[in-house]
Amino acid sequence: MKSLEELRALKEKTKAQMNLRNEQNGLRVVVGMATCGIAAGARPVMNTFVEEIAKRQLNNVKVTMTGCIGLCKLEPIVEVIDPSGDKVTYVKMDAQKAARVVAEHLVNGKIVSEYTIKAEENS
Amino acid sequence: MLRDISLHIHDLAENSITAGATQIDISVCADGEGFLCVEIKDNGCGMSEELLARVTDPFTTSRTTRKVGMGIPFFKMACEQAEGVFRIQSEPGKGTQTRGTFRIQHIDRLPLGDLGETVTMLILEKPEIRYTLTLTSNRGAYQFDTDGIREVLGDTPIDDYEILEWIKGYVDDHTGNIFGGVLDEIVGRT
Repeated sequence: MKSLEELRALKEKTKAQMNLRNEQNGLRVVVGMATCGIAAGARPVMNTFVEEIAKRQLNNVKVTMTGCIGLCKLEPIVEVIDPSGDKVTYVKMDAQKAARVVAEHLVNGKIVSEYTIKAEENS
Repeated sequence: MLRDISLHIHDLAENSITAGATQIDISVCADGEGFLCVEIKDNGCGMSEELLARVTDPFTTSRTTRKVGMGIPFFKMACEQAEGVFRIQSEPGKGTQTRGTFRIQHIDRLPLGDLGETVTMLILEKPEIRYTLTLTSNRGAYQFDTDGIREVLGDTPIDDYEILEWIKGYVDDHTGNIFGGVLDEIVGRT
């Protein structure tokens, strides 16, 4: 069983890391979380981003959610937006693909082109 | 269709967030008569009688009522296919209360799913909202309250990713305690 003691310890640890956070100049990950997104499996995708970012201690990534953007058949959809506002749209995501986007795009700055909406349109 | 009850709860709570709620109370209760009752109560803007009458009909949903869409009809269907009942009450300016029941042993009853994930995703989306989650069965009762967690955390943000991971595990542990053996899909803890 998890205990509140663990939470207290975690609080101290998090506090020490807080000033390392740099979300202002970082990447934004936006996951579609309307009924269409949830039905298509957006939750495991979202959860993978949270888990991986916590595990890798990425201090410059902020994960947020959005509603339906009108491309329900391509859900789960994930947008990665860089500080200059440039956007990469990943479609038909799942947990495994999300883990790869974290490792390759968020950590190493290399777009996983086969998961993008462009690749989907050309297939 | 949504695959499990925790996803339905998440989806319904999204409506509460859209309605501008500052508190969302979620309750999951095995009532001892073979039914699982799920309730989502918010203090958001509520709905007019006219809108309330239409929310369960997916085909009358227009762009302006987009915040409702297919979610409520899906939930109602999920309840009714497991011999349960759906009910929604709302008052403009006061909030909305959505409730659905499921006969636990019905073959079409959806599994409970991951309530820890529901709670953490909601916190991540709108950390300033107060969320409570009450779980009840013949094994006991448990209440999770983000205000209680905040009290422990002080000025450490509740939506920090490592804190969220802890919260997910904490809620999942208690879900196992309360519903283990009560719902077949939850492995019992002793």
